[in-house]
Amino acid sequence: MATSAVSLEPAAHVEAHELSFLRKYIFSTDHKIIGIQFLLMSFVFLLFGGLMAMMIRWQLGFPERPLPAGQLLPETMAPGGILLPEFYNSLVTMHGTIMVFFAIMPLLVGVFGNYLIPLKLGAPDMAFPRLNMASFWIAFSAGILMMAGFFVEGGHAAAGWTAYAPLSADPEWTGVSGGQQIWLLSIAILGLASIMGALNYITTVVNLRAPGMTWFRMPLSIWALFVTAILVLLAIPILSGAAIMLFFDQTIGTHFFDWTDGGQVILWQHLFWYFGHPEVYILILPAMGMVSDIIANGSRKPVFGYHSMVFALISIAFLGWVVWGHHMFQSGMNPTLGMTFMISTMIIAVPSAIKVFNWMGTMWRGNIRFHVPMLHSVGFVAMFVIGGLSGIFMASTPVDIYIHDTYFIVAHIHYVLFGGSLFAIFAAVTYWYPKMFGRMMNSTVGKVHFWLTFLFYNMTFFPMHDLGIAGHMRRIYDPSQYEFLQPLAPLNRFITVSALLLFTVQILFAANFIMSWFKGKKAGENPWEANGLEWTVASPPPHGNFAKVPTVYRGPYEYSSPLVEEDFLMQTRKLASDVDPAAAGP
Amino acid sequence: MSWILPPGASTFAGDIDFLYYVILVITGIAFVVVEVGLLVFAIKYRARPGRKAQYIEGSIKAEIIWTAVPAVTLVIIGLMSGGVWNHIKGRNSIPPNAIPYEVHVKQFEWNFTYRGPDGQLGTSDDFIVRNQLHIPVNRPVELQLIAEDVIHSFFVPAFRVKQDAVPGMDIRVWFEATKVGEYEIACAELCGLGHYRMRARVFVHSAEDYQQWLSDRAAAADEE
Amino acid sequence: MRRFWVTSCLFAFLGCGGGDGGSGGGGGAAETAPLGNASISGMVMFLGDAPANPAIDMSEEPECAAKHTDGPTNPIVSVTDGHLANVFVRVVGGLPGGPYPVPSEPATIDQNGCLYVPRVVGVMVGQTLAITNSDPLLHNIKAVPTENRLFNISQPRAGMTSNRIFTAPEIMVPFECSVHGWMNAYAGVVEHPYFAVSGADGSFTISGLPAGTYQVEAWHETLGTQSGDVTVEADGSATLTFTFGG
Repeated sequence: MATSAVSLEPAAHVEAHELSFLRKYIFSTDHKIIGIQFLLMSFVFLLFGGLMAMMIRWQLGFPERPLPAGQLLPETMAPGGILLPEFYNSLVTMHGTIMVFFAIMPLLVGVFGNYLIPLKLGAPDMAFPRLNMASFWIAFSAGILMMAGFFVEGGHAAAGWTAYAPLSADPEWTGVSGGQQIWLLSIAILGLASIMGALNYITTVVNLRAPGMTWFRMPLSIWALFVTAILVLLAIPILSGAAIMLFFDQTIGTHFFDWTDGGQVILWQHLFWYFGHPEVYILILPAMGMVSDIIANGSRKPVFGYHSMVFALISIAFLGWVVWGHHMFQSGMNPTLGMTFMISTMIIAVPSAIKVFNWMGTMWRGNIRFHVPMLHSVGFVAMFVIGGLSGIFMASTPVDIYIHDTYFIVAHIHYVLFGGSLFAIFAAVTYWYPKMFGRMMNSTVGKVHFWLTFLFYNMTFFPMHDLGIAGHMRRIYDPSQYEFLQPLAPLNRFITVSALLLFTVQILFAANFIMSWFKGKKAGENPWEANGLEWTVASPPPHGNFAKVPTVYRGPYEYSSPLVEEDFLMQTRKLASDVDPAAAGP
Repeated sequence: MSWILPPGASTFAGDIDFLYYVILVITGIAFVVVEVGLLVFAIKYRARPGRKAQYIEGSIKAEIIWTAVPAVTLVIIGLMSGGVWNHIKGRNSIPPNAIPYEVHVKQFEWNFTYRGPDGQLGTSDDFIVRNQLHIPVNRPVELQLIAEDVIHSFFVPAFRVKQDAVPGMDIRVWFEATKVGEYEIACAELCGLGHYRMRARVFVHSAEDYQQWLSDRAAAADEE
Repeated sequence: MRRFWVTSCLFAFLGCGGGDGGSGGGGGAAETAPLGNASISGMVMFLGDAPANPAIDMSEEPECAAKHTDGPTNPIVSVTDGHLANVFVRVVGGLPGGPYPVPSEPATIDQNGCLYVPRVVGVMVGQTLAITNSDPLLHNIKAVPTENRLFNISQPRAGMTSNRIFTAPEIMVPFECSVHGWMNAYAGVVEHPYFAVSGADGSFTISGLPAGTYQVEAWHETLGTQSGDVTVEADGSATLTFTFGG
């Protein structure tokens, strides 16, 4: 395989003219600035999504008590501070929507895709820097539009983040019309941004690897982002198409999902989940990749089974296209499909299991430094495995009959998205913070944040498995309507209190993030003694990243190598025994 | 905090609950192995002065074992599940002697249509009861779910029964109750602001009580 | 940087309302003197045997069932001694022309015993309709008009009030409760104040008219619409009778 086709010359010419503040920090084409822009935007949405979760939990824990500061909300949402059922449905919808599309996805794909890909490959920037800038501002606009939906008559979308037709298609069933349309438009616009980003990532990985950076010398974080970008490119257009079809049903009189006029109701579910299942892998693969990098660094050992890990990433992505029906086992689709989707779903658990064992294998016989990113990464493995194992229950179609649309599913979702993705995000932000901002985050605050988050997180979400086993349905404004759910009220209260504590504790992370920006200990080039190319340049790196094109001599995980005294061996360090790859030619 | 399922009251509960417990044991073992493993590794291999990590890149043998064992286990679970699934949801699995009902499902009520004394649905002696399903014990029943507006889902936790009701689709669900008593029905698909209150009840009668109830209803209908 | 965003977004969030059809306050104009002092008083009759109203099965709503001493029936055709209630009567022709001042007092409709009370209500364009819940359980008020904006709002507890304003005349805006499929009501939205709803005794009065000749329509939800003409003197009164059924 050719080592690299085209390398951009380092962008020395940029230093010739100093850019204005606007061009440097607002409308920047520098992938590092764009990555940080995505970071700040996503954190704001993470906060909003979390606030909504607190409101949902308040209703479930203390339904008779007015929400604190609830009187500030208008009468159409919470008269006297007590949520109305339609507003509760809207909160549930928007919590999911904002967390998936405007928090987790941009944090993993927008932030780290942008920040890491050029740096870790030895490139001065993305293949298409202006397209990159456009993708951020389009995503940002989609976010503003999405928030506008709260202010229209009828309220925001309230048909779930999954927006099943006909509930989402005809305003008569929810009283929501403008809100759902805004939701659809915003999703379509965000999709455009994602597709642009994916094109950039794929092109950069294929074309801009530095000499010596062969495919199998790429770090797993980049492999994961590359595979994710391919998933984005193929899956997002389906969502956009479905959203446009639903928008047309709402506005111009088409009947795609209207059974009264030739349409098919469950067509929406097929389209949505055909996107939706690859989407959940989009939400976890980058996390897995970055955790691999960090666990190797923390353990001072190569990733166990690097090639297997790559194979597992590709298998998960590939198999992810043929499992979507497991979201629809009870939907009324042909039961024979239940069999086929069950088998494929059982099989897709295997590559995830492989990854978990390989992470453990990486730690085995290591010399583990429990820096904050390592803590979060081990936490990721510990909790992702719970999410993965709970998935097996729902993969079995008969068991799914009972647990579908219960809190067992909610537990599963949050173990993989929070216990998984968000812990990986905490790990990755802490790990690459020094490179981004030139300062270290406070380690003590970081450790306290990790342990408290880990504790309150499990106290919040583990009991949800129990709720589900007892039959507690999802998206239920008032469980006390059912006798069989009344005994679960104390558990719901316990979960609510834990969730409030979990949310509050995040202030430690926020404060650490903000204060370290100004007051953190200044970071050198390589504070973690890591091997990747980003650790060969200043913290933060200059525009153009590398003064001259780097040369890569080895893979990314040569920790504790017998070749050198130190317990790490950087990819670009030339040893006496190394040969320059340029001699080999394309 | 309990992972024990609530008591079942239908012929499906035995099979479904068994599968659940098999999966619980298998995943429980995997859970313990991984979490204990992580903890042990974290403690045993923590950095101490003078130690070095062992430069190990992997093990093909390990990869094969931890690929094959999960794969075989999961395929077995899948095959075990398949037969049960087909028995419950297969379109040809509905017992021919099942008592037929229609359920008109709408925001936010369940309207159960009973076939009346003539034993035929779709005749003039059919009657509708809102939010109450009366069935005899130990007899299969078949419900045709007719959704009138949006997707709802017929869920009886005690019977381990759940089936989405989709407007425009002919959807049938069948089950056989095994214990006399009263059980709750919930809607298990978000269907609007009243979704949380879409509660109905199943009354499982002995054979005699069921006949009595039917004739009482028929008599009351005559008086109207 | 993030604090700035958080605070300003929070203010934006709180500062704006969720936006409904307009909560609180109707047309707001102070009451001005009526155009005249004449009135139409009338009677709506029903000939023949009243059709039986269907029984309502409230067995799964005990708090509502308790409010009905006899078995509840759905008062679709409400006849007492040959008089027909819940007929919406309004002037359709002969008026001098608007605009007509909108009262600041709201029209009201309540949900009580799992029935809309009254079943038929009249409201002016721009006037507030105050919808209340007297039942300790969930009702939703779903209106799917043809000339006005649809709404579908909930009142999960007793004592709640929701205000709506209609922006276009419409005869009639249908109301339903999705939780209780038998619950129906109708609102007549009129651009002038010359309308009334017949009571249980079949009587209705439309007052404040100037002298003139008027065309009047009477609407019933299942029995159709009838028309009649009437002439009134200044400060006088005239009678008008509508007869349905037969």
